[in-house]
Amino acid sequence: MAQTPAARIAVNGVSHDYKGDPRRSLLDFLRRDFGLTGTKKGCDHGQCGACTVMVNGRRINSCLTLAVMHDGDEVTTIEGLGMPDSLSALQKAFVSHDGFQCGYCTPGQICSAAAMIEEIREGWPSFVSVDVAGHARLDDEEIRERMSGNLCRCGAYANILAAIKEVMESGATS
Amino acid sequence: MKDSYDNPDERNLLDHTRQGVIGQPLDRPDGPLKVSGQAPYAAEYDRPDCAEGVLVGATISKGRVRAINRDAVLGMPGVLAVFSAPEMLRRAAQGGAGEAPMQDVRQVEFPLQPVALVVAETFEQATHAAKALKIDYDDQTGKAVLMPSPDKAEPAKDPVESGDLDAALKDAAHVVDVTYTTPGHASAAMEPHAAIAEWDGDRLTLHGSLQMVKYNVKELADSVDIPPENVRIVSAYVGGGFGSKLGISHEAVAAAVASRQLGRPVRVVMTRQQVFQAVMRRSETVQHIRLGADADGRLSALGHEAFVSNLPEESFSEPVLQATEFLYGGENRRLALNISRINRLTAGSVRAPGEAVGMPALEAAMDELAVALHLDPVELRKRNVPDEVPGQGKPYSSRKLVEALDAGARAFGWDRRMPLPCQRREGEWWIGMGMASAARVNILAKAEARVTLRADGTVLVETDQTDIGTGSYAILGQIAAEMLGQPIDRTTVHLGDSLFPQGAGSGGSWAASSTGSAVFRACEEIRAELARGLNCAPDDLQLRDGMVWVEGGEPRPVTDLMDGDIARVGRIEPGELMEKVKQATYGAFFCEVAVNAFTGETRVRRMTGAFGFGRVLNAKTARSQCLGGMVWGIGMALTEELQFDDRDGHLTNHDLAEYHVPVHRDIPEMEVLLIEERDAAASPLQAKGVGELGICGAAGAVANAIYNACGVRLRDFPMTPDKLLAELPDPFAGPT
Amino acid sequence: MKAFDYARAASLSDAVGAPACLIAGGTNLLDLMKLEVETPSALMDITRIGLNEITAEGDGLRIGALVTNAACAADPQVRQGWPLLSRAILAGASPQLRNKATTAGNLCQRTRCSYFMDNRSACNKRRPGSGCAALGGINRNHAILGTSDACIATYPGDMAVALAALDAQVKIEGPGGSRRIPLREFHRLPGDDPSRDNVLQPGEVITSVLLPAPVEGRQIYRKVRDRASYAFALVSVAAVLRIEDGTIVQAQLAFGSIAHKPWTDPRVDTLLVGERPSKALFDKAADLLLEGAQGQGGNDFKIPLARRTLAAVLAEATAE
Repeated sequence: MAQTPAARIAVNGVSHDYKGDPRRSLLDFLRRDFGLTGTKKGCDHGQCGACTVMVNGRRINSCLTLAVMHDGDEVTTIEGLGMPDSLSALQKAFVSHDGFQCGYCTPGQICSAAAMIEEIREGWPSFVSVDVAGHARLDDEEIRERMSGNLCRCGAYANILAAIKEVMESGATS
Repeated sequence: MKDSYDNPDERNLLDHTRQGVIGQPLDRPDGPLKVSGQAPYAAEYDRPDCAEGVLVGATISKGRVRAINRDAVLGMPGVLAVFSAPEMLRRAAQGGAGEAPMQDVRQVEFPLQPVALVVAETFEQATHAAKALKIDYDDQTGKAVLMPSPDKAEPAKDPVESGDLDAALKDAAHVVDVTYTTPGHASAAMEPHAAIAEWDGDRLTLHGSLQMVKYNVKELADSVDIPPENVRIVSAYVGGGFGSKLGISHEAVAAAVASRQLGRPVRVVMTRQQVFQAVMRRSETVQHIRLGADADGRLSALGHEAFVSNLPEESFSEPVLQATEFLYGGENRRLALNISRINRLTAGSVRAPGEAVGMPALEAAMDELAVALHLDPVELRKRNVPDEVPGQGKPYSSRKLVEALDAGARAFGWDRRMPLPCQRREGEWWIGMGMASAARVNILAKAEARVTLRADGTVLVETDQTDIGTGSYAILGQIAAEMLGQPIDRTTVHLGDSLFPQGAGSGGSWAASSTGSAVFRACEEIRAELARGLNCAPDDLQLRDGMVWVEGGEPRPVTDLMDGDIARVGRIEPGELMEKVKQATYGAFFCEVAVNAFTGETRVRRMTGAFGFGRVLNAKTARSQCLGGMVWGIGMALTEELQFDDRDGHLTNHDLAEYHVPVHRDIPEMEVLLIEERDAAASPLQAKGVGELGICGAAGAVANAIYNACGVRLRDFPMTPDKLLAELPDPFAGPT
Repeated sequence: MKAFDYARAASLSDAVGAPACLIAGGTNLLDLMKLEVETPSALMDITRIGLNEITAEGDGLRIGALVTNAACAADPQVRQGWPLLSRAILAGASPQLRNKATTAGNLCQRTRCSYFMDNRSACNKRRPGSGCAALGGINRNHAILGTSDACIATYPGDMAVALAALDAQVKIEGPGGSRRIPLREFHRLPGDDPSRDNVLQPGEVITSVLLPAPVEGRQIYRKVRDRASYAFALVSVAAVLRIEDGTIVQAQLAFGSIAHKPWTDPRVDTLLVGERPSKALFDKAADLLLEGAQGQGGNDFKIPLARRTLAAVLAEATAE
């Protein structure tokens, strides 16, 4: 087999050279090679959103991308958003609104919400935007649609919505 | 104190304690760990030199493994071994089994049943090798039963027969005689089943994702033939269970077998598809419901006969009629549950087994009766609340059904409902409202917990009880803090380790009231010890913020009364009260739906639930449980359905793309009302269970709202556009 | 996943004619590679070769093959002139997937037929000559138009349905040079060779999608699905309709999830033009559209669903 080119990946500001099996997903790289198990594997097929991380500021499913393809990329995981003694506004709001139960989808929900807030700030439309060319209204339906890539089987959706709204309305950085 | 709970504890002690944390909507103590990804789930423990195992599913529907062609796979990079050992499980254990379930993995009973485990150095190597493994079978698929066959059902066990149902139906002023069907459901917990096994000599440690540790220890020990005391299970955080992790399943024993052989830790995580295909399903049901009522809507006749399925020899059958037995009157009745055998994965507990599917059907049939009577559906229910359990003469413990119906109707604005269908149209959408009662049996289970009031005044709670998202970490700490008068931040709860006393486990909504009662009793013993120091009766003891006093006396630090740690193990067992009074939780659902007049798509626009389940231990986590149940109800009503290919019996929608659990946008604004209640018959906490109540009937409210919106009465869940289309009125016609 | 050689293309010329499977967003390819439905022995990463810009071209727009779905949907020019395209993209998948999925990759998205995605099953698309397990199986998601005895799979995407309605073109670079074909001719019907989803030849690479000048009038993308979001379509309709003085003067329709390709039927467009909207007209359009429609049991409902969804879209598009 040909020599696999290495990939230098920065995770939460820490660089790592990946030279291993090219089959390794970014998700398994984070969980195994980097020991960052905050990013969860729920389906491994882009169907649940539990593995959501931000790459160069954009949310993606880390299960459906190869680690080796991320040379030069900056990855932000839940651990990069905040730890128990330094929780971000979103993380705090998830706690106070009980925006989770079992907690397994939670890091993905929070990473997704953080990136969503940025997308809205940049004026991205969604499927439920009345006019895709206009400004998105920040109503509940918009947030629900934009968060629909993150399943929560415990059914904490109403509380997740409340947590996100609180942060968006406060203008705090996520 | 006797362990068994035989007499109602009407002291309502938690109403008189001083700390003021019980019932409060406190944040979960495990929250900061969970929102930062620091709570470790089963697969996430870093074990040095851990090998990776991947299960292999059978390509036949029934038969036997004849040969496993190991060699080709063993030559692949990184592959360490291939196992198809007799100890490995072919079925997952049912909840509370406490012994090995069906073993001998080479006997194939359903499609994709795990038959082997491939272990390699890395996950990628093991995954590919598992796909490459060739297995020869003695294929008996031709002899398999691939479709549910109610006509071949076994005779009903213990049917309820009283009075003369047929005669009563003949005499009734109004009769509803309908058949409802529900498809199979999956728990679909977000965390796939996972285990890391490691051996130290003849002692096995398993980090697993499990709901009932004390039973799981016995199941695992029995499976690998070692004494239970040689097994330690850690299940500190569980990424959802909903019944699917009540008993051990394939990954746990496979990991244990492989680890023993290889002499190193082995991790086995089931793929999402394998979880769907192999672990546990809720049976499909066919429910024949007959209701007969007089002109005022009082039930005289109630027939509910259900057909479910399971693998041969499984004792579990979806207890569809569980709430029908006690919810409404109707002295002439026949309730019968019939099971037929099928070669599909094990049918077992999925959130609220029984009521989850029985209640929506019953409540939809009740709606049909209300229509026949031209009677408000809420009023119909209130007219049929019996004084005692029909046919049993058994009294009810505290029951808040009527209160929930009234409070829910008021909060929801039920009076704005149009009595007839097709009255309200907004653009393309028909708008309608529906309601249903909620009911779920309440169970107290045997439980133990240790509470330690430490010499520095801090409190430690330890039990093998799990928290599967239910809030055990929160409420067990609140009970101890309340009873011992300590601030909540001086209370620590350790869960999910078999080294701790045996809690009730997470299932059947019993964890909070059962393990909570064990914590309560341990605290009572500590209070008794403190009372001795003050020469007072324990119930006269006043405790708050670390201070202790008797009424009129001077508060002093509680630590002054202590020579060191005071540790006590509290115990509770179900007693005579479980038999003497009918204990259940009750509520009501109200919802508004929009049905697209063109496409038949249904969207729930808002939903209100009102629930009475005894004392609320934490208003925040209890509300979340109710919300979650209602989300499940919406999924059941509109989208969730296991689809099997009847030609070979395999599950075709075995993933989260095609098995449609609700997404954010499916879930509207929701309101939860917690009805104040104390049920002293249920537990010394006067609390009952709440983990499942929110689903028990919810789908019926949605179905009834669909009828109210567009006049289409579907009797086949889920109510997807394809089914609605056929009966929808002309979309260009307006309201009638 | 089968092991493969991984290489990075530095430029388009590395990719054209490369004896490797190209990967960009990977959201569909890796999904299928994990299932070992796709088992390439070599992968070429083309994410570093440019082709990720949206630029004006005449009155139209050139969308680079590697523009992500998210970027395309959010592009101000697209939103202004071709809101149908934005809307259709936003109807598909999830925000996370749209941030990875690319324009060209999405065109090449493979079917969601459960038998195609299950190596144990007979599937002429995955293993030519093995048969079609969807016939007589669970086929609720399957095609009602343009099927063959060999295959009843659908093209599952949304974006391409809008591109078909907009009459976009696909620019392709091959070892022998470049070519440009109408999007409506990019996807194939299964016929007796369902293994080929589209007309791309070995070694060819999609470089861009070209949108013609914006069409005046209403642009609507309607997607009917089981869940309110994050679900594949049961039926979708993309419509561009212009009404003048109560008469339809231009109609470009395309339909998703009812065929092996985004379905267009010029007869339907022609029928509508010059007519005043009415329920009778919508019925006639549906009659024509569904003339040859054939259900397979589980998907019989798609015939009335397509009819009713078309009626809903036409009613919305022609409302005062």
